[in-house]
Amino acid sequence: MLDISASSLFVILVSAILVNNFVLSRFLGICPFLGVSKQVETAFGMGMAVTFVMSLASIITFIVQKYILDLFGIQYMQTIMFILVIASLVQLVEMIIQKTSPTLYQSLGVFLPLITTNCAVLGLTILNIQERYNIIETIFHAIGAAVGFSLAIVLFAAIRERMEVANVPNAFKGFPLALITAGLMSLAFLGFSGLV
Amino acid sequence: MNFATILKNGFVKENPVFIQFLGMCPVLAVTGTATNGLGMGLATTAVLLGSNTVISLLKSLIPNKIRIPCFIVVIATFVTMTGMIMNAYFPVLFDALGIFIPLIVVNCLILGRAETFASKNSTPFSIVDGLAMGAGFTVALVVLGAVRELFGSGSVFGLNLLGDAYPSAAIMIQPPGAFLALGILTAIFNVVILKKMKS
Repeated sequence: MLDISASSLFVILVSAILVNNFVLSRFLGICPFLGVSKQVETAFGMGMAVTFVMSLASIITFIVQKYILDLFGIQYMQTIMFILVIASLVQLVEMIIQKTSPTLYQSLGVFLPLITTNCAVLGLTILNIQERYNIIETIFHAIGAAVGFSLAIVLFAAIRERMEVANVPNAFKGFPLALITAGLMSLAFLGFSGLV
Repeated sequence: MNFATILKNGFVKENPVFIQFLGMCPVLAVTGTATNGLGMGLATTAVLLGSNTVISLLKSLIPNKIRIPCFIVVIATFVTMTGMIMNAYFPVLFDALGIFIPLIVVNCLILGRAETFASKNSTPFSIVDGLAMGAGFTVALVVLGAVRELFGSGSVFGLNLLGDAYPSAAIMIQPPGAFLALGILTAIFNVVILKKMKS
């Protein structure tokens, strides 16, 4: 049976949120992190959409890996299979949300197509397999990764909202300043290393 | 359109990293050393070249509605091939780049070129575009990797340039250094480009 202890799950969760934060220390999901972080509200929407897709994708790719790829010994098809799973999952989730909850669709809708090419999702599913997590650990890792991503993007958006009105040198306007801000945030998160 | 414009676009005018900000994850993640940056750049170029060629050949066969999934399958195939070749011939580099090899699939640069260029232009142009964009990406990665490695450990391509007395700033090799170095390099690139445009 599954060999799991509460403490090991807690370690996986905390390490995915703070120590190995997906955005600030693993560099996964940088595109939405920099692209969809001009306002706290949209950043929060993106975070929620990613959380949703990450949890579902982790469970489904776990099953695909175990009962299709491992069973037939075709592990080299991993990248192609996983990206197809994620792409169809995103499409499916988009259709379901559109039918069942128009309000949720309005707030998440625009972000959903972007998630297919969000490397945090594909990266998470590949990491789950590499770390040999079982299904429970996979779910906790997915939740940790998603919370870590949301935390980083919402904090970053809050900082950027304040910086909109600040006076900065021309050369640093826009992207360079965002990168340097992200660098300082990453520096702060580096302080969590050694926590777990 | 001619080959020279396409080349110039890839290197300067539409540089994937400094102007378009595409494919940021590998740019930041693997540039701890210039060697890793070069390896990642070449792997991406190989995939981009392959996907641009095949997609421009198949562009009349791919139905418009499902083009994105089709592009992704073509790209994923080339990524898997590149990964296998690297695993066989450059195992050290393959291990150093780790998860970022399969993640070339979701590099927006590659899907972006498929969508905006290869699906609309002839095969020769698409091949040159793939090479030019790949080269622009590779150069950016090598520059960033060299800067980080130089400040972080005093060497470039593993060659010790600053001597043993140099107190290495390890932060440049760690995650924050990636953001800071790219931010400052982009600002410098902006200054150079802005000056050129004014004159």
